[in-house]
Amino acid sequence: MPVIELHHISKSFKVATRSSGLANAFKALFSREYTTVQALDDISFTIEPGEIVGYIGPNGAGKSTTIKIMSGILVPDRGQCRIMGYTPWRDRATYVRHIGVVFGQRSQLWWDVPVIDSFELLRDIYKVPLPEYRRSLDQLTETLELSCLLRTPVRQLSLGQRMRCEIAASLLHNPDILFLDEPTIGLDAVSKKAVRQFIRTINQERGVTVILTTHDMQDIEALADRIIMIGKGKLLIDGKLGELRSRFGSQKTVTIDYRTRQDQAADALPDILGTEAVHLADGRAVILVDTDRTNISEVLGKVTDHLEVLDVTITSQPIEEIVLNLYKEHQL
Amino acid sequence: MRPPRNLKRYLSVFRIRLAYSLQYRTAALAGIATQFFWGFLLIMVYSAFYSSSTSQPPMSLPQLVTYIWLQQAFLAFIMLWFRDEELFGLITTGNIAYELCRPGELYGFWYAKLLAQRIASALLKCLPIMGTAFFLPKSYQMMLPPDVLSAGLFIISLLLGLLVLVGISMFIYISVFYTMSPYGSLLLFNVIGEFLAGMIIPVPLMPDWLQDIVYLFPFSWTADFPFRVYSGHFHHTEAAVGIMLQLIWLTVLVTLGRLAMKQALRRVVIQGG
Repeated sequence: MPVIELHHISKSFKVATRSSGLANAFKALFSREYTTVQALDDISFTIEPGEIVGYIGPNGAGKSTTIKIMSGILVPDRGQCRIMGYTPWRDRATYVRHIGVVFGQRSQLWWDVPVIDSFELLRDIYKVPLPEYRRSLDQLTETLELSCLLRTPVRQLSLGQRMRCEIAASLLHNPDILFLDEPTIGLDAVSKKAVRQFIRTINQERGVTVILTTHDMQDIEALADRIIMIGKGKLLIDGKLGELRSRFGSQKTVTIDYRTRQDQAADALPDILGTEAVHLADGRAVILVDTDRTNISEVLGKVTDHLEVLDVTITSQPIEEIVLNLYKEHQL
Repeated sequence: MRPPRNLKRYLSVFRIRLAYSLQYRTAALAGIATQFFWGFLLIMVYSAFYSSSTSQPPMSLPQLVTYIWLQQAFLAFIMLWFRDEELFGLITTGNIAYELCRPGELYGFWYAKLLAQRIASALLKCLPIMGTAFFLPKSYQMMLPPDVLSAGLFIISLLLGLLVLVGISMFIYISVFYTMSPYGSLLLFNVIGEFLAGMIIPVPLMPDWLQDIVYLFPFSWTADFPFRVYSGHFHHTEAAVGIMLQLIWLTVLVTLGRLAMKQALRRVVIQGG
């Protein structure tokens, strides 16, 4: 039984436009021109309880709009959305109790007061019973290492510290679903790792369903079992990360270190192997092998026939590149 | 008596906003200085008018002086231009997204915030101003209310007036959903509202036909009415009737405001991605 169901959701925005220049600005005083931007166009998907779904797409693809529709903030033009039996925008007041939302670029904490004050306020707003709140807070404090941050005013926190507090704030009321809109934006490597680890933990321990938008493919790699990709408002791909990798990530990078000898010119290597070379230098060659077309062991065989190999490394294509290629393929 | 649990949510917002605003002591000090300046200035101007007046004015000079000091002390309770930049920011930058995914009504949260902000500002200012004004030389001195009942009615009408005022100011914030800039509606509300509330010329000093117009609007119930209850210009029964009218205005304003907010939220566009 899916926890989230979207059927044919569409949403468009009217945007006032004018060309540059004073004359046009003056003209716009009297008649404005509007263009309609189709932010979402017939989006449908279902998500099962306990899944972590990475929702990806280039800037302006409609990721945030989808999150806003799913969290009951925006009303779509067409389509149905059922989440835990609720229609988000219609049953907003009762529905939002079951979800937590983090908007990475915004803040829900009160700027000038200690973090704990904001938490207490949220406890009252969500009417969380005291024992449950305590338990929740203790757990969050421990896993997100907040104990020394709680008494500090928000304005004195670093971005990473604040983001940890933001995430904790969204989970105080024990939601069943967590929407994360770019939770790792602007964070350093350590904070990113902490945030990822935490998301994994609450997903496994509390069974929270997580929908996550991000531009950081490492987030996806570390967290998501499944990705949904949209572009220009259309749903392009919906599948397991592994499938995606085997379908689109057939290229391997082979790095060969070899002993240089006069009679062996490395320049000849691509012709011999019938593959593409990325980088050729004395003593080192980096080549791309498409496993759909050539067998990797065959390539390696030829390499050892021709060169005195010292070391070989084979790496799969990083997910980042796969996604980039996908964007290119769909002309985004 | 325990407040109902739904109310507690809004009380909590009220409490944090109050604590938040009470931090700004320097701003309060500067405000107090400004208010003294205005108070003296207005009293001097009116004294000059009164001394050259040939007819019997509808309000005695000591009553007027008290009226002016009350205006200055409770400026935060009566001024429409007293605004919460944070709320405007929420709408125009899109941070409102968070507020919208909370259970409860946005109207209630914002109402509580605005109320707390005004109360905090008044708490910081009213005691020093009134405390000083009672001990000024004779012609600038603030009077005590004529009797205890008037004092009690004053407090009730002042607080109700505050609730009415916040009800009015909510419309300024709601209008920002449509205009994206608060300044137009602020200006409009300020100019009309302050005049009709008797902030520019005290209502009793207006010509009769203008007073009739003033009483058609809610503005005079926020400032003019409680101050005249204090000075004894309105007697006990008049005051009681006025308080009933304040309650009616409050109900009307809040009901309309909530409807308008719902309507605005249906077509809301969250700004900035």
